[in-house]
Amino acid sequence: MIVGVLAVQGSFAEHMQVLRGLAVDVRLVRSPEELRGVSALVIPGGESTTIGDFLDKQGLGDAIEAGLPIFGTCAGMILLAKKMVGKQKEGQSLLKKMDITVERNAYGRQTESFEADVKLAWDARPFPGVFIRAPRIAEYSEDVSVLARRGDAAVLVRQGRYLACAFHPELTDDDRIHRYFIEEVAKNDS
Amino acid sequence: MEETGTPRVKKGLAQMLKGGVIMDVTTADQAVIAEEAGAVAVMALERVPADIRAEGGVARMADPLKIEEIMDAVTIPVMAKVRIGHFVEAQILQGMGVDYIDESEVLTPADEFNHIDKWKFTVPFVCGARDLGEALRRIAEGAAMIRTKGEAGSGNIVEAVRHVRSVTGMIKRLHGMDEDELYTAAKEIGASIDLVREVRKLGRLPLVNFAAGGIATPADAALMMQMGSDGVFVGSGIFKSTDPAPRAKSIVLATTHFDDPKTLAEVSKGLGEPMKGIDIKTLKEEELLQTRGV
Repeated sequence: MIVGVLAVQGSFAEHMQVLRGLAVDVRLVRSPEELRGVSALVIPGGESTTIGDFLDKQGLGDAIEAGLPIFGTCAGMILLAKKMVGKQKEGQSLLKKMDITVERNAYGRQTESFEADVKLAWDARPFPGVFIRAPRIAEYSEDVSVLARRGDAAVLVRQGRYLACAFHPELTDDDRIHRYFIEEVAKNDS
Repeated sequence: MEETGTPRVKKGLAQMLKGGVIMDVTTADQAVIAEEAGAVAVMALERVPADIRAEGGVARMADPLKIEEIMDAVTIPVMAKVRIGHFVEAQILQGMGVDYIDESEVLTPADEFNHIDKWKFTVPFVCGARDLGEALRRIAEGAAMIRTKGEAGSGNIVEAVRHVRSVTGMIKRLHGMDEDELYTAAKEIGASIDLVREVRKLGRLPLVNFAAGGIATPADAALMMQMGSDGVFVGSGIFKSTDPAPRAKSIVLATTHFDDPKTLAEVSKGLGEPMKGIDIKTLKEEELLQTRGV
């Protein structure tokens, strides 16, 4: 199984390192050609405006086939969302894959960035959540399942073959969420 | 329980900026141009280094009103510079909610002996370094990100190259050393043995390292990336050129596609005049910015 990591900008090297620990082949993706043969894709944290522009200009957004499993963290989650609210640059391109509404930088600026434990739906042990200028899931449809919450807020959600996370599991040495993506979301059961 | 200002959160924002371009801007309009060009962050300052160099006088933190206008104009992170050792300028910027502080040799130092104790702050700091020793001293003081200094406002890449080579060269030397040689190495470069050990183990700096100081063309940016930098700061190089917007876009693309000569050729075409630049050899010792705050 080859897992692609979108390597435009941001924490792609960190994702690559976690994925390598899970014994999958990892490929950095910067062009539509590099997307060929990939059976799942990770969109890392970074600046969603920058990554979104790049997806648009390189035709990468269009090259992502329907049904390709995708895991987006932070900026990656913003790109997966169908709707965005709050301060937003005009014309920011979204992949529009998940029925979630996301508010960018909802917790404030960098001085409000924080670490907090997160409760996973499938595992009792708390997960170390690293929230950096994090987005908030403001709304989600009934087709979306919530896999982790912090307080009342959904912070890890799944809809079919898409997984989106408001925080940064790639900045920790805890691989449980990546493992979940590989073993539960991306596995080919057809 | 949620905890702000942890080392992981401070270093983490820099990790999100990797592979990107951070651009110096002096107005909200310039900040918008930078964001539209794909900058991952902007650096708010009163005058770009080339103008500071030309006009002389004391260079200080920018007017908070200007910084606020810039923060309101863009959604990407906003950084701002403080004078070396000027912890009150840093307190002001933290209070305003600036996302990153650059304790910078480009401004006139406030303290010729001490840098800011950056551990005391919730906001993360980036600091300049010419070599591994400087980088590790700044990390010991709590910097969450490093940029090699180069020579700001020169439009000349030669010093940036020198400093990247100096940092990576020393890391390679550490790699080849025995454990018992590390103590003397740490003493020679003026860094703590713990950090020297960590660098040797990692084979790189323990946090994100951008290049800065003299980047004026897309090829310059790609050169820094190929030499192992995690991203680039472009100061005077953009808004001191004849046509800033296309040059800014091209430098962003060159930073992403740094190892693809075809794309680099494409984005380098017809950008107009880059900033004129200065031959470093014509600068007097006291005109160099890089020797401040070592």
